[in-house]
Amino acid sequence: MQITVAGNRREVKEGLTVAELIALEKVETPEYVTVSVNDAFVQSGTFAQTVLLDGDTVEFLYFMGGGEKGRRIWLSQMNS
Amino acid sequence: MEMKIVLKKQDYSRMVAHARACLPDEACGLLAGTVEDDKKLVQKVYLLENADHSPEHFSILPEEQLAAVRDMRANGLVPLGNFHSHPSSPARPSAEDIRLAYDGRASYLILSLAQKEPVLRAFSIAEENVCEQEILFHEDLH
Repeated sequence: MQITVAGNRREVKEGLTVAELIALEKVETPEYVTVSVNDAFVQSGTFAQTVLLDGDTVEFLYFMGGGEKGRRIWLSQMNS
Repeated sequence: MEMKIVLKKQDYSRMVAHARACLPDEACGLLAGTVEDDKKLVQKVYLLENADHSPEHFSILPEEQLAAVRDMRANGLVPLGNFHSHPSSPARPSAEDIRLAYDGRASYLILSLAQKEPVLRAFSIAEENVCEQEILFHEDLH
């Protein structure tokens, strides 16, 4: 099947999960990456159970935050 | 070889105005453009909301990040990095900035408003190694 990953078309196996795609794409520091499929965010604890479908569009978004005393507000929300 | 950041003065002025408008909180945003040799050419600056609404830390909402990435794609641009302001401290990465810099390809720009004149500096941060990147304002090319 074909999916679009970060704007690029990819031919992948049927039944590929988000977790498998992360490994396939060699995503750096995946624990700090948010994944969206067709503009919907995937809960980080469900990557291994989230199966991609033909035509899906996937984006990997790195957490961006910091500051003098930064904290990860939305990352903690996404992981909850 | 460290990358150089090429930034239009007009975009720099928008970043400063955004940072001042967000005071006393930190401001943030994303940079998009193209890469040519050792230069990152900033074509578009996205002025975003600091989800933390804090003078000491910032987070970019994934919803805004996703919308910006989609806009970049639609305009043939690539993500170059992000910026945030330090309302009352120098333009250098804090320990938190370094710890939370997860994208080794990104440039991290910090705009200090601690002095009367703003100071903007850029850094690459990879595995806690910080290297400064020179910023060339658009007029510097001509």
